[in-house]
Amino acid sequence: MNDILAVLFDGVVYSSWLFLMAAGLTLIYGVMKILNIAHGSLYALGGYTAATLAGAWLAAGQAAIGSYAMLVAAAVLVGLVMGPLLERGLLRWMYGRDEVVLLLVTYAAFLILEDAIKLIWGVESMLLPDPYSLPGNFHIGTLAYPVYNLLLIAMAILVGLALAWALFRTRQGKLLLAVIHDREMSAAMGIDVNRVYLVTFTVGSMLAALGGALTAPMIAVSPGIGVEVIVLSFAVVVVGGLGSLGGAAIGALMVGIVRSAAVRYWPEAELFTIYFVMALVLIARPKGLFSAPEARKI
Amino acid sequence: MSAVLVCDGLHKSFGAVSAAADVSLSFERESVVSLIGANGAGKTTFLNMVTGYLKPDRGSIRFEGRELTGHTPREITGFGICRSFQIPQLFHSLSVRANLLVAEGIAAAERAEEATDEVLERFGLTRYGGQPAALLPEGVRKLLDVALALVARPKVLLLDEPTSGVAADEKYGIMDLVMGAVRGQGVTVLFVEHDMDIVQRYCGRVVAFYDGRVIADGTPQRVLGDAEVRRYVIGEEAHAAA
Amino acid sequence: MSRDRTLPALAIACALLLGAAALAPQWLVFLLALALAKGLVVLGLVLLMRTGLVSFGQGLYFGLGAYAAALLSHRAGLADAALMIVAGTVCAAAVAAILGLLLARYREIFFAMLSLAFSMILYGALVRSSALGSTDGFNLHAKAFAGMALAAGLERRVFFAVSVVAMFCVALLLHRYLASHWGRLSAAIRDNELRVEYLGASVYRVVYVNYVAAGALAGMGGAFAALAVGHVDPETAYWTTSGEFVFIAILGGTGNVLAPFLSAAIFEGLRTVANQYAPNVWQMSLGLAMLAIIMFLPGGLWTLLRRRSAA
Repeated sequence: MNDILAVLFDGVVYSSWLFLMAAGLTLIYGVMKILNIAHGSLYALGGYTAATLAGAWLAAGQAAIGSYAMLVAAAVLVGLVMGPLLERGLLRWMYGRDEVVLLLVTYAAFLILEDAIKLIWGVESMLLPDPYSLPGNFHIGTLAYPVYNLLLIAMAILVGLALAWALFRTRQGKLLLAVIHDREMSAAMGIDVNRVYLVTFTVGSMLAALGGALTAPMIAVSPGIGVEVIVLSFAVVVVGGLGSLGGAAIGALMVGIVRSAAVRYWPEAELFTIYFVMALVLIARPKGLFSAPEARKI
Repeated sequence: MSAVLVCDGLHKSFGAVSAAADVSLSFERESVVSLIGANGAGKTTFLNMVTGYLKPDRGSIRFEGRELTGHTPREITGFGICRSFQIPQLFHSLSVRANLLVAEGIAAAERAEEATDEVLERFGLTRYGGQPAALLPEGVRKLLDVALALVARPKVLLLDEPTSGVAADEKYGIMDLVMGAVRGQGVTVLFVEHDMDIVQRYCGRVVAFYDGRVIADGTPQRVLGDAEVRRYVIGEEAHAAA
Repeated sequence: MSRDRTLPALAIACALLLGAAALAPQWLVFLLALALAKGLVVLGLVLLMRTGLVSFGQGLYFGLGAYAAALLSHRAGLADAALMIVAGTVCAAAVAAILGLLLARYREIFFAMLSLAFSMILYGALVRSSALGSTDGFNLHAKAFAGMALAAGLERRVFFAVSVVAMFCVALLLHRYLASHWGRLSAAIRDNELRVEYLGASVYRVVYVNYVAAGALAGMGGAFAALAVGHVDPETAYWTTSGEFVFIAILGGTGNVLAPFLSAAIFEGLRTVANQYAPNVWQMSLGLAMLAIIMFLPGGLWTLLRRRSAA
């Protein structure tokens, strides 16, 4: 019983992390039809900025509780800076081109940012253990878990609810949904699609950076942390259906729990299980679990 | 004269939209039939069901006795039913010649190059031979679209708005070319059309659609003079001198 | 109507390369050998791109080819390069024949990401396999070719020469293929799949065949790369390796069967220089170059050559 609880809990923790990454990615794809490989770099940037900001905060002797606010602040900062920079500075010139071409453009951006990070922060690892260890542990039966994991789960739920509310209840959100549905029609109706793109990409970038910022205390922040994240997030997004927020949540849960079970019972197959789940879902539903219906072509 | 294509009780709906409601039609060999109706009346849905792009919710489509529903467009093309498209479906980066060569190759033509030259000649496309399909004027695109459909020597040819988007003075040219190409080959032609002059001139039978149903079926004079057709398809008040 | 100059160009290129195999300094032979090996992979990619598909996972077959070749000497004690090359090609082709059944149903982003996913599965398996050296990989030694023992020090030159011959044969075959009905059909599929189906051809069949061919080519490239380097490691299956192949493909463009080899050579040359003088900005330079090509030369470097000859 302990085993199953452990697997479930670990799975949910991992799912929370996956969801934060997948949410931004699926949103950007849904609105802009761009699969953003640079998402991984934004994650890394979030981690590095968080390590720098929170590290400086703590080093200056400030209250430890403020370091959490610093994590979030780092994410917002990265989002507000990188979002417009990438969207206005690069992607804007490529709209209308083939989906795969845009994929390659974001891949190029990713390559550039990877080295940019190295140039700014160097190649040494950065550590930020305090926010992680500070709240201590809690116990489920005989198992001890860092309370930080609960924070991660809470954050993911909060973000999910906030996004859902923003999308489905606010006017801005409905405009976004309209653009997801049909860009041309929205533009014809007077929606400022360019602004919607900018807002979407910025929010998506913030989410990626948040994923990185919240992870920073759990790992050694070093070059290359963004690389594996990309492939994992894609798997989740594809499983859930490109452009579906609910799909991202369910996809994250599925992948997270399956992966957790694999780590527990068959560690060699960890990566295999994630992509196996993805392949299975795609065989059953080629466009993912919740995909938008497509209009007739002829 | 036997019925080569028989549709029986076809139903197709997309949610609340009824695109086909109990459509039963039968077509004689070598007849030329025009399908008319307002946008959204169900004409293209009908074509899409016959060619396998859509599966009817209920009903059957039999071609020379064989049931078509459940087959893919590729298989149905193999049986001898080909179509052209409302928006020409071409291979945009390939030249006109290459477009036709692809079709000839698929049809396993023995002398593909010569056959292609013949088609170019017959449709008056020779001078466009080397141009990429993406750069052609609309009328030429339409012609190429139909020419591609004819390469496989179909027994039934479905044309989806063959003259839409084409300049008024070119419409007759296109229809003359197309009809000339199929004459004497035992081909049954169904074409969707909005231009009533074209309808009157080229077909012997008109089927009128409205809201997924067939509201009239007969000679052009009868159908085009039908009160319901005038109301739902052609429009009445403006046509004082009919 | 311009004459098809591919065959003479290929012949000249091969003659030059064979000369290099005999006379060039060791470092150049190594660079060219690696370039040719990658060129083979990219040739397969170009075939897929002609069909309208971009695979972000050719690393799977590259890695399979490399490891299959290496395992032959490591486990089976067969140190014959000819066998290794065949093993690499066949192994990759076999896996492609299976995976292709699934992947040939997908397009655009799904195809790209699924192919990436499968390469990452192999990567994960290799990394976690201590028997295969996990992240370090292991070395391979080939002492003979097709039964003939090789003089020490000459092996790499011989393998390179063999790869030149392989390049000639494969490039010529593919050139003929692309000019044939199936080659035209592949381009037609890229342009308008629906119409191809409506004309009566099976898109799935063509995509499947092209996919398996690309996998086999990547496996062959992997075997040659392993022979050139003398070492295999999981990096061969990592998605960044696959990304490199995509970059080389875009750099060269899909215009001609020679383009992949040319751009692979340029790429390897640049990489050697960058590693020496500016290793920390190599990825950035790649990214910038990719953007430049996408924006200004979407047909790749080959369009430069085309324009000059047409002028």
